[in-house]
Amino acid sequence: MAKLNVDIVTVEGRRFQGEADFVVAPGSEGQLGILPHHIPLLTPLATGSVKVRNNNEEQFFFVSGGFLEVRPDQVTILADAAERAEDIDESRAEEARRRAQSLLEQRLSAADAAAASVALARAESRLRIAELRRRRRT
Amino acid sequence: MQQITKAQEAVAASRLRKAQNRATAARPYADRMAEVLAEVASRVSSYRHPFLVPREVRKRLLILVSADRGLAGGLNVNAFRVAHRYLSQGPPASLDTIGRKGRDYFRRLQIPIISDVSQFGDWPGLREILPAVTVAIDEYLAGNVDEVALVYTRFLSVSRQVPTVATLIPVKVPERKEGPRVDYLYEPEAEEVLSQLLPRYVEAQVYAAVLDNKASEQAARMIAMRNATDNAGELIEDLTLLRNKVRQATITKELMEVVGGAEALAAG
Repeated sequence: MAKLNVDIVTVEGRRFQGEADFVVAPGSEGQLGILPHHIPLLTPLATGSVKVRNNNEEQFFFVSGGFLEVRPDQVTILADAAERAEDIDESRAEEARRRAQSLLEQRLSAADAAAASVALARAESRLRIAELRRRRRT
Repeated sequence: MQQITKAQEAVAASRLRKAQNRATAARPYADRMAEVLAEVASRVSSYRHPFLVPREVRKRLLILVSADRGLAGGLNVNAFRVAHRYLSQGPPASLDTIGRKGRDYFRRLQIPIISDVSQFGDWPGLREILPAVTVAIDEYLAGNVDEVALVYTRFLSVSRQVPTVATLIPVKVPERKEGPRVDYLYEPEAEEVLSQLLPRYVEAQVYAAVLDNKASEQAARMIAMRNATDNAGELIEDLTLLRNKVRQATITKELMEVVGGAEALAAG
């Protein structure tokens, strides 16, 4: 059966490279499910989780910003930030969430409020992915 | 003295290894990004992003990457020489410095520095460097400068680091690899995707240059310290020889006096 070559990279290093039967990634216009022989596609990435499934084994990643490039046999994720689910620092994400929440309770300029809600979304996404992974394992 | 330089050489050597790993880790992203950009730019011909359109150059901006610290041989000075040449040839130029040495040097020469990022440590993340790039991108888009260039020291090998100047904006689209063209579907439109892609490409180039410069810095420091150790070794040898000679002379003189004294007694 045809496979996808998946490559998840950030400027600070490669986070994953390997084969997959199915990939789910957060495009800026919506969640995308990618199977082999997908049409070529290029889209910005949103913040969220990437799922890589290979032979019924699933791996999760947190990604935030960047680009998703799809070719019929290849998926490349050029992420601003990417972490394996098991590498997510939950206490740091929790801390970031609290900080963003308390910021949002104050009166902020529109730009600061937008930055805080982006930070909040990022922290919540990290926590969700870490949680998801824990549940899968038990 | 020798121990100090020797220790610094060892420190630089271990940092060099780490810096090289960092620079290597950044490569896959840069390569992939270049591939995608080449593909997109070869397709989207009707739309010309400002980053792709050269215009008459009236003002220029130079991003200068240098080390935060000295004791690295001619590393910084050589880069400054290349920066000087760029600044003095052509339309007026201002500076955007990454690294303390460059900032201090050109500030003394009273060359306008519009932005500075320094003291970001040995292992900078993209986040630390980003402000310097954002300023350059904004200046270009606002029409305040018509060209952005980059000077940094390229790491070729432990014994060879070369100061390099490269044009960042307008962006020179990387060569497409041979092979079938890829006709992407874009979400949203191609123009929007390209206009997000180009700044990322510029950022990645600057970040790669900073990492390369770090590797060069550690290599240059290692060699400088090795030379200092060798020089100190020679100096110690010379001084030891001198000390022995002086001691020998003193002993001889004392012996002569003793012998002379004894002879005088015997004679008397």
